[in-house]
Order: sequence, then C-alpha cells, then structure tokens
Amino acid sequence: MVKFSENKLQEVQTIINRYPEGKQKSALIPLLHMAQEEFGGWLSPESMDYVASILGIEPIEAYEVATFYSMYNLQPVGKHLFEVCHTGPCMLNGSDKIVNYIKTKLNIGVGETTEDGMFTLKTVECLGACGYAPLMQLGKHYREHLTEEKVDAIIEECRNKQ
Amino acid sequence: MRSSKSAEINSKRTSKAYSNMAKKVLLEKAHVEGIRYYDVYRLEGGYRSVEKALKMEPAAIVEEVKKSGLRGRGGAGFPTGMKWSFLAKPEGVPRYLVCNADESEPGTFKDRYLMEFIPHLLIEGLIVSSFALGSNSTYIYIRGEYAWIVDILEQAIAEAKQHCFLGKNILGTGFDCEIYVQRGAGAYICGEETALIESLEGKRGNPRIKPPFPAIKGLWDCPTVVNNVETLAAVVPIINMGGEEYAKIGIGRSTGTKLLSACGNINNPGVYEIDMTISVEEFIYSDEYCGGIPNGKKLKACIPGGSSVPILPANLLLKTAKGETRYMTYESLSDGGFATGSMMGSGGFIVLDEDQCIVRHTMTLARFYRHESCGQCSPCREGTGWMEKILTKIENGKGSMSDIDLLWDIQRKIEGNTICPLGDAAAWPVAAAIRHFRDEFEWHVNNPELSQKQNYGLANYANELSIVS
Repeated sequence: MVKFSENKLQEVQTIINRYPEGKQKSALIPLLHMAQEEFGGWLSPESMDYVASILGIEPIEAYEVATFYSMYNLQPVGKHLFEVCHTGPCMLNGSDKIVNYIKTKLNIGVGETTEDGMFTLKTVECLGACGYAPLMQLGKHYREHLTEEKVDAIIEECRNKQ
Repeated sequence: MRSSKSAEINSKRTSKAYSNMAKKVLLEKAHVEGIRYYDVYRLEGGYRSVEKALKMEPAAIVEEVKKSGLRGRGGAGFPTGMKWSFLAKPEGVPRYLVCNADESEPGTFKDRYLMEFIPHLLIEGLIVSSFALGSNSTYIYIRGEYAWIVDILEQAIAEAKQHCFLGKNILGTGFDCEIYVQRGAGAYICGEETALIESLEGKRGNPRIKPPFPAIKGLWDCPTVVNNVETLAAVVPIINMGGEEYAKIGIGRSTGTKLLSACGNINNPGVYEIDMTISVEEFIYSDEYCGGIPNGKKLKACIPGGSSVPILPANLLLKTAKGETRYMTYESLSDGGFATGSMMGSGGFIVLDEDQCIVRHTMTLARFYRHESCGQCSPCREGTGWMEKILTKIENGKGSMSDIDLLWDIQRKIEGNTICPLGDAAAWPVAAAIRHFRDEFEWHVNNPELSQKQNYGLANYANELSIVS
C-alpha cells in the first residue's frame, strides 16, 4: 500500500493551506507530482486513489487530471527519463539527430525503456528553452545545447549514479 | 562568425538606433552578481515601487498603468490597465491576481529568463499589482517543467516575507498579501487564462466559455485578473518612473520595452530587451542582438512572435508589402494583416536559414498543436490531427496536390470555430506556410524522391517578389 511519509504529509497540509477552505481540490496537481516522485516515477491507479482519498475527492477526478497532463507517467518508466524536445525551434537545431543518437546508443525506440530498466526515451513538445536547443529534461533540470558527446556524458553520469 | 550581410547591415545602422538601444527597464540589473537574492536586489533599488505604491490609492496605480500604455506581454497585447479596470469588486467577495508563468508557446523563453535571473522583479511587481487589485492571495501558475524555477521563486518569496514586503500588514499599511507558486503538469493550453484557472482549481485544462470573463467570475468563481510574468514585472518601472514617462519609450501604441526570445538559426540565441524602436533587420543582423545567421547562410523565413503567428518569407519580414522598413513593434509587425504581415505575439522570434524545410517545420508545429489541443471542440481536436497527418504525408514524399488544398480547407474550418484561441493558433502557422511557401509544398508533391534527399532551399524567397495584396 502506498503512503506518504510524515514529512510529506506535512508538506501536503502546507499545500492545502494555500487555498481557501473547501477548495482543497486545487492541491490535486501538486499532490500528483508528489506521488509520482515518491512512488516510483509513475502514477499507478493505487497512487491516484491514495491522492484522491487525501483530498476527499472521487478517484475519477484524479484519473481525469492525471490523463490530461503530459508530465504524469501512467506506465512505469526507467530510472532515468530522457525527455527530448522535438518541436520546431529544436528541430531547426538538430533535435532529430539527438533523438536518433540516443535511440542507437541505448538500443531503444521512442517511448521504450532499456532492458535493465535504467533509461526511458521520450520525445516531448516545446520545453520553453528554444534558444538553448537541442535539449532534454532530465529530472528537475534541463540539459541544454546537446551534442553526441554531451549525451554520452549524461548516460555515463546516470550509470554512475546507481 | 559574422556574415558579410551582417557587416553590410551593421554599417547601415543609424545612430538613432544606437542611442535607443540601451534603454532597459526590466533586465538592466539582471547581470548584477547575486541579484537573485534580496540583499543585492534591494541595494540595487529593488522594492522601491512597493514603498511608493502602498502610499497610493489602488485606483491611482491602475491609472498609472493605463497611462503607461502597457499591453499584455503574453501574446494577445491587450491593454493591461483596461483589463484591470474591468475587475468586478462585489462586497465581501475575495479578488485574485494570478500570474501566468505557463510559458509554452514554441519559440518563447523570456519569462523563464526573467524568473530565473531576477525573480524579485516579478515578486515586486506582484505585490504592487496585488495591492492595486485588492488580491490578498496571489498565485503564480508556472509550467510544471520549470521545476527548478519554483525553488528560485519560493526563495525570493520567503526573503520578501522576511523583510515585511509580504505577509500580514505589509510596511505597516494594513495590507495583507501572500504569494503562492503552483506548478502545472505539462499542458500548453493552460497558458490560456480560463484553462489556467481550471487547472489551478485542480481540473483538466479545458478553457471556459466567455462570458463570463475572469474579471467577473474567475478563480473559484471570484473576480480574477490573469497577467503574464513580463506584464507584471513591467509594473515596477511604471510605478517607479510614472506611467507617462514609461509611455515615452517605444513608438506609438507600442510603449515600453519588450522581452524577445530569439532562437533558430542565429548566432546569438537568447533573451533581449528592446525598446520598440528598432527594425527587424537590425534585430536579426546586429551583434547586439541575434548577430546574424551562422556560417554566412541566408535568411529564408522567420516567425517573429511565437509559433502561432504567421511565418513570413525574408522579403516580407524585413520590409512591409508597401516597401517600408518593418520595425519590432506591435503595429509594424502586423502591418499588412495576415496577407503580408504577422504579429508581435509573445516575442518568440524563430529564424529559419536557407537550408530549412518549411514543410517539415510546419509539420512539427502541427504536431505540437495536435498534442496540446484539449479536445473540447471538434474542429480543433479533429482538425489538428488531420493537419499533422497530411503534413507528415507531404513531408515524407507521399502527398498529392489535393492534400495541399485539403490542408488549406481544414485550417479555415478550425479558425474562429473554437472556444479558445488554440484553434486559431494551430490554423495560422499552417495557413501562412501555404500562403507564402505554396511552391515548396508543391515541390514536395512533384519530387517525392528528391524531397527525401534534399531541401527546397531558398527558391525565390531571397529575391524581391512582386506583392499581390
């Protein structure tokens, strides 16, 4: 069974307190982020039900939101999620090549995870960093001005982290 | 490397352009070391506008903003003072200010820059604006991907609170205000103000039917103003220098400065603050700004205001159809309407060099809008998918001439037929690409194999075209 730690539950309360009384549903998006971070990098039905129960809303209300926003992973993902932007401005600066390079290097397709469960590759739409293209999101941060050498270094860095 | 074209244009620049160039009111201090922190920001003159504004009547602040001529910097360019004056003030009902930091328009990354490097400027603008509008709980809705910026903003908020610029009884005036940061979770549509409000209420980002407008019925059905990051930051210099003084910057109704985020095939991608007096040509080729096009390549086309505004071929970008110099102003960029002009939009300036394929670029934008359509309105939900499929077909050498006509027909049926402007935003780039680059689409159809090996290049876009209006 999934459950937030005491610390996290306090954080939940701080978030709920940002809104007027009775409007705690506003905390749904922040709480789903928290659940995804805490419970394995994706939102299982169990995690979503848990968040709904904290907020006193129906589970369907959590599913509706989780399926709408692209940052929520509704399937398990690898330990390191590469989200490479491929919209116009990134495409002009070679994002296609970077995606192809990662595919070859990790031997996976877009949307797939390596067999060892280490890496998942996704293409995403505009990350709002077009001047620093090509780029990807990795965890909380962006990795910008990507080259094949930088991709190699990032993969190495992730492997060393485990 | 500077191209010969760049050198040639630099030598043609007038001294007027040089003298105006230095006018910065937002990013002037952005490079001061430690400006991200309260102490340095305060030493550099930060939070003066709060001290000044909290001694004014709220209505007088709104009046200053009206006088400044400030227009919404998120893309629509609606006069901010007017938007503020629409806010309903029923007795006993809270009012809310929401800062739109859901920057997601492809080509746009100016708000990120402002929040990342000079976060206190936004917080300062938010406090003054909250006081003017009577908002005691103000929310910054930031796109979920900008996760690290949430920390920067929360740090700035905590510092401001520590120094009594936020919280209860600010500067002893009796005004209470809290600012909260709310992360989105990946949805372009939440940049639309009613979708943003829905999202802030913990729902899917489906835009609402207007009226009622948020100024009457917004967040939790209370009167609400939603403004872009840059707009709210601009309130600081407006209060400091006075609305009339601010209005002296720029040309005509394009008052003040504008942040532009430049990207694509240019030497110096980045965020630039311009006062709206410089020409497009200068913006692209001057080393102060984009620095010309890498490797001496030629300019093919440009989207001057974020992916949803019409793309223009080089000749129409640098000069209007009447042959006049085109300037980086709201009016000049839209000169000629959609037939031969474009829009200032969000200031996302995307440059395409001679090697780029218009069909492929348009296809990525169509894919973007298909992905981001909320799905409420059929013309947008279905139409964006059709456009992406047809463009993919043409790009892959499998298109027919009738596909180009079908594409034109679909975009026309989306535009104006949806609840929110995402439909228009999806239709315009496709329409403009066909309007100005139809021969490139036809070349793909006529040369299916060749188009897979090489791009159409410049064709005749580098030459002067005779304009049919």
